[in-house]
Amino acid sequence: MKVLAAMSGGVDSAVAAARAHQAGHDVTGIHLALSRNPKSYRSGARGCCTIEDSNDARRAADMIGIPFYVWDLSERFHQDVVEDFMSEYSEGRTPNPCVRCNEKIKFAAVLDRAVALGFDAVVTGHYAQLETGTDGMVEMHRAVDHGKDQSYVLGVLTQDQLARSMFPLGDSTKDVVRAEAAGRGLFVAQKPDSHDICFIADGDTAGWLRDRLGAGSGAIVDTSGEVLGRHEGTFGFTIGQRRGLRIGKPASDGKPRYVLDIEPVSGRVTVGSREDLAVDELVGIRPRWCGTTPATELDCTVQLRAHGDGHRAVARVIGDEVRIELIDPASGVAPGQAAVIYAGTRVVGSATIATTRRRTPV
Amino acid sequence: MSAPPPVAYFDHAATTLIYPEVVDAMVAQLSRLGNASSLHGSGRAARRVTEESRETVAAVLNARPSEVVFTSGGTESDNLAVKGFYWARRSADPRRTRILSTAIEHHAVLDPLDWLASDSGAEVELLPVDSNGRLDIDALRTAVDRDPDSVALITVMWANNEVGTLQPVDEVVSVAARHGIPVHTDAVQAMGQVPLDFAASGVDALTVTGHKIGGPFGVGALLLRREVELVALLHGGGQERDVRSGTIDAPAIVGFACAAEVAVKGQPQRAPALAALRDELVDGILDVIPDAQLNGAPGAGRLPGNAHLSFPGCEGDSLLMLLDAQGIECSTGSACSAGVPQASHVLLAMGKGESLARGSLRFSLGHTTTRADVVRVVAAIGPAVQRARAAGATSAQGNRA
Repeated sequence: MKVLAAMSGGVDSAVAAARAHQAGHDVTGIHLALSRNPKSYRSGARGCCTIEDSNDARRAADMIGIPFYVWDLSERFHQDVVEDFMSEYSEGRTPNPCVRCNEKIKFAAVLDRAVALGFDAVVTGHYAQLETGTDGMVEMHRAVDHGKDQSYVLGVLTQDQLARSMFPLGDSTKDVVRAEAAGRGLFVAQKPDSHDICFIADGDTAGWLRDRLGAGSGAIVDTSGEVLGRHEGTFGFTIGQRRGLRIGKPASDGKPRYVLDIEPVSGRVTVGSREDLAVDELVGIRPRWCGTTPATELDCTVQLRAHGDGHRAVARVIGDEVRIELIDPASGVAPGQAAVIYAGTRVVGSATIATTRRRTPV
Repeated sequence: MSAPPPVAYFDHAATTLIYPEVVDAMVAQLSRLGNASSLHGSGRAARRVTEESRETVAAVLNARPSEVVFTSGGTESDNLAVKGFYWARRSADPRRTRILSTAIEHHAVLDPLDWLASDSGAEVELLPVDSNGRLDIDALRTAVDRDPDSVALITVMWANNEVGTLQPVDEVVSVAARHGIPVHTDAVQAMGQVPLDFAASGVDALTVTGHKIGGPFGVGALLLRREVELVALLHGGGQERDVRSGTIDAPAIVGFACAAEVAVKGQPQRAPALAALRDELVDGILDVIPDAQLNGAPGAGRLPGNAHLSFPGCEGDSLLMLLDAQGIECSTGSACSAGVPQASHVLLAMGKGESLARGSLRFSLGHTTTRADVVRVVAAIGPAVQRARAAGATSAQGNRA
């Protein structure tokens, strides 16, 4: 097959491209320029937005022996990912920009362009496994390396997208991938993993949002409405967050307090106990199914944040919504995040969490 | 694995194949001992070949040998001229803070101008060009007449590197001469393509470089009138007329001189042959893609080896990749700023829209170009444009969504 390997400059995408090449595919490497004002050098472990990362990707492509180009998707990325990220936060939700990027950029803008240019598929270094099911449909499963599994951020991919994707690393652990990179002479073998949000260079998400959306300071209240303190902006908070609340006054029961709710307009942040956080039902909107839409209720496992645990649940598709009843209650579920629905290791689909219902109403 | 197809190379404006006689001359010189600044026999031998090379370069460009300052290439020559003139002229008269140039200069001129503006108090005026990319000489005249005493320098390229349009350097010189304003011109693309006569041109400084004319990388020259004083960029031994320091690179200079001789002496025969092939290429492409547009001046108004075309609805990057995959090498002609391809400032200055500017390719022909190369492009361009348009349509859709 003629395939396009998206190369970030990191070790995973380099090994993925090398494996596709070794498997006999006609591979072309591309680096996606996503930042409108890229910095020259990496600082810390954010891996995709600097000239240095682009050069690392180019050198990896040289060593693998494949052609390499830079595709400028900075405008699309800004519109579809960065602006969406800001508007979601401004409405009190907690978006996952990697999910959004996969949905709108890597497996949409890039894949569409690749197909139009004559490529059959896009190869990435994501940790997830693709298999062809008995019905001929492509199934996506969790990676062998559960610690690295990235099926959550790919849960938005539809059957058409999966049928044109290749994830050559899904059957390997990260250690194996690093060792293989070293064995292949790829100098990125020891490059640190990327973390955090690629377009926030210093990792200070709250500061980044404050600079763009204003402070939005407000009161911190408990579930009875008593004001416990003030904060400098709602963007510092995510539902379920415990650290950094800086409330002078201890709770009467002496237990730690967690963010339960954020109201972006009034700036009010409600805090409460861990028990108050427990959620046993949620509504997801904009569902995306990897295969056919589940017809009836589905016994499943749902994952509610990247690297989060799976919760046993029952999902029901009602119109354009998915109602998910959690058998194992979840704690700190943030609207805006993706709820990814699994049947065993297989990804069934996903939806964006719109509302949650707590056992203890706030 | 089957052998890759031979490359059809259409990027001679980026760099061109070194002439075999240049390689021979350089290899011979590389194994000779001697620093041209040393006083002993080996030093004198290195000095001798350097001065012979200087005489050769001077002769083919009709300059005096003492007017040839060897540098590391086009970028250094442009920096030396732009900064050196500005500093020297302003220190002679502090009113001289303006630099007049064009909106279509190479970044080796534009970036020093930006830097002088932000760091040295220069007031830079980039004058407009017409839709063919030719300087609006009336705009230059008006800018000079507004306050001639404040102009430190005028710098206007001889021929544009992207669209190939020749600039009215003779008219620039006559505007400047009335007020004694020095003129620099970047003639990197012009050398070997069109006749260049330094003495007759009337310019005070002229940039040329080796690797664009079949010589080596890393060597070039600034032709500089004898009476002109410049402030140096590189201070040290003062080897080149005290305006350029650095140990004399005799093998590179020998190679540059050899290439200069071959390129300039062959120019009268090569230029019409290149222009004929170029016209065949343009006509062939326009036949297949009727809505493609040739950018730049027509006919004798442009470099004979330059064909620059816009393909509406395409991303130049997509086209380049599709052609590259078939061994056809060209350029999007755009500056690669910070790793991200930007729409060309030249096309924007010519009034082309951003999307047309991004959907453009530069095919530049040179001494190795054959008719078979041209035929390959004409055969490949139709399907490539079709594909690139389909890819362009997907991005347009995404943008609307």
